[in-house]
Amino acid sequence: MSALQAVTASGSAAGHSIEFRNVSIRFNSFDAVSGVSLRIQPGEFVCLIGPSGCGKSTLLSAAAGFLGRRGDAPGAVEGEVLVNGERVRGPDISRGVVFQSSEALFPWRTVRENVAFGPRIRGIRGGELRDLIDYYIALVGLDHAADRFPSQLSGGMRQRVQLARVLANQPRVILMDEPLGALDAQTRSVMQREIERLWQETRCTMVFVTHDLDEAIKLGDRVVTMTAGPAAGIKSVYDINLERPRDETTSAAIELHRTLRDDVAEEVLKTLRSQRR
Amino acid sequence: MTMEVNRTYPANGAKAWYQRWWAVQPVRSTVIFALSLAIGLVVWQLISIKYGVYFFPSPSETWIAFKELAEDGSLATSTIDSARRILVGWGLGLVVGIPIGLVMGRFGFVRQLLDPYIEFFRFVPPISFVTLAIIWFGVGEASKVVLIFYTSVFIVTISTIAGVLAVDPLKVRAAASLGAGPLRTMFLVIIPASIPEIVTGARLAMGNSFLTIVSAEIVAAQHGLGALIWKSRNYGRTEWVFVGIITLGILGFLFDRIIRVAVRRGLARYVNHG
Ligand SMILES: Nc1ncnc2c1ncn2[C@@H]1O[C@H](COP(=O)(O)OP(=O)(O)O)[C@@H](O)[C@H]1O
Ligand SMILES: [Mg+2]
Repeated sequence: MSALQAVTASGSAAGHSIEFRNVSIRFNSFDAVSGVSLRIQPGEFVCLIGPSGCGKSTLLSAAAGFLGRRGDAPGAVEGEVLVNGERVRGPDISRGVVFQSSEALFPWRTVRENVAFGPRIRGIRGGELRDLIDYYIALVGLDHAADRFPSQLSGGMRQRVQLARVLANQPRVILMDEPLGALDAQTRSVMQREIERLWQETRCTMVFVTHDLDEAIKLGDRVVTMTAGPAAGIKSVYDINLERPRDETTSAAIELHRTLRDDVAEEVLKTLRSQRR
Repeated sequence: MTMEVNRTYPANGAKAWYQRWWAVQPVRSTVIFALSLAIGLVVWQLISIKYGVYFFPSPSETWIAFKELAEDGSLATSTIDSARRILVGWGLGLVVGIPIGLVMGRFGFVRQLLDPYIEFFRFVPPISFVTLAIIWFGVGEASKVVLIFYTSVFIVTISTIAGVLAVDPLKVRAAASLGAGPLRTMFLVIIPASIPEIVTGARLAMGNSFLTIVSAEIVAAQHGLGALIWKSRNYGRTEWVFVGIITLGILGFLFDRIIRVAVRRGLARYVNHG
């Protein structure tokens, strides 16, 4: 199968479902997350928001397979995390991860070489590899910077590299942990549109952690809010039935923003109160 | 206003020739280097006049001794012998220290197992092993190379561990979810990311090797800069000692330069980012 055929093939394949069944996660004696149950449909875009430190990254790590014995972090996961109906037992190329920090890139590799990381491990070589990499670099709009090193790129461009690197493995699920958190407002807004477009083109399942309410409303099919930790859980789940591409200045969006804001503020206040004690 | 600007930044043509030359970076650094050398020589000459040439040989005495040792070939032989011992011992230190450091850095269990020994031996100077080295490895090359190896291997190991521990866990996670197993993670992530610290360790080890070579050649070396320095003492030839010391310094400077240039040429992408 040629690279471009592979691309097309993955384009027509749907994303995988993700299911958390009564999931609790503890670090030594600390209960980070408790009793989370959530089913994410194949190809769905779910945004996760909540007070900082509540366990959003932890939940994402559980889905990525970073926790427990096969992962590199000490967290013990109880309950079941299922992707495409199968239990997560460690990281896998079908589940791509985009991190907030560009420290996740390999600074000694050019953009092209960063993107080639996954495909090379999969054994793709030569012209096929070149086509595949060119395709994904163009997809994120970095053709002009393909031979630069990450240190020579802006923050927004670095996040594009992270996206291309993950997409080049043609994952069924992309887990994003505040991927735009370090960017300025302008770049952020452009990147939100890009992510929406990439999602529509690849039809991956997306789990997107953010602390920006407008971002969540703009991108999510559903927005999930979490309660403050310790033993954080899911507080509410909102269906966002707005036309895409969305406009955050419509009255419906503003109404949603208000609801979400009150929801999260309540939990943030809880955190503050417990800290004061 | 315009007048002032003109006065502060005169056109290039208005500058005197020496001002223009002085603006050229390589010219400036060469001139400063020459000046530094000249001041050093003058101070050296003055000390030697004050305390006498036997006690403190003058630059010209040392120059004569240098020509003497260079002409009978003993300086070249000594330099080559010492350089070879240093390179072999240091090279072995890298070949052994880097893999040990990588494994120790990656596996906490191995780190805890070996740590007491690393922490112990790194405070025991190589000179305290000179006698044992000769008893165990004989009076030949082996004992000298072993001492250089000893002085290199710990610093290389410790630097490599530091490099591995400093690798951002995000890189390891990213690699894992892109399909890298433990072996690929080691070769494609941990090693490349640790290269700056490994290079630092290698340079420090090179410095240590030069500090150690003189004690390594204290006994039973026919040739070598250390041997030259020790033997000159027996003949009361302080100017030979000076020649040995200066050659050692220049050789060390040269080796460090070679490492730096090699790193810049061959490992640039691993070292210059951030
Ligand atoms: N490796 C770890 N060891 C111990 N505690 C951890 C670890 N990772 C996260 N935690 C704790 O779990 C809680 C949730 O963290 P996290 O998921 O990073 O929150 P956030 O919602 O801001 O992403 C925090 O209290 C954090 O201190
Ligand atoms: Mg987080």
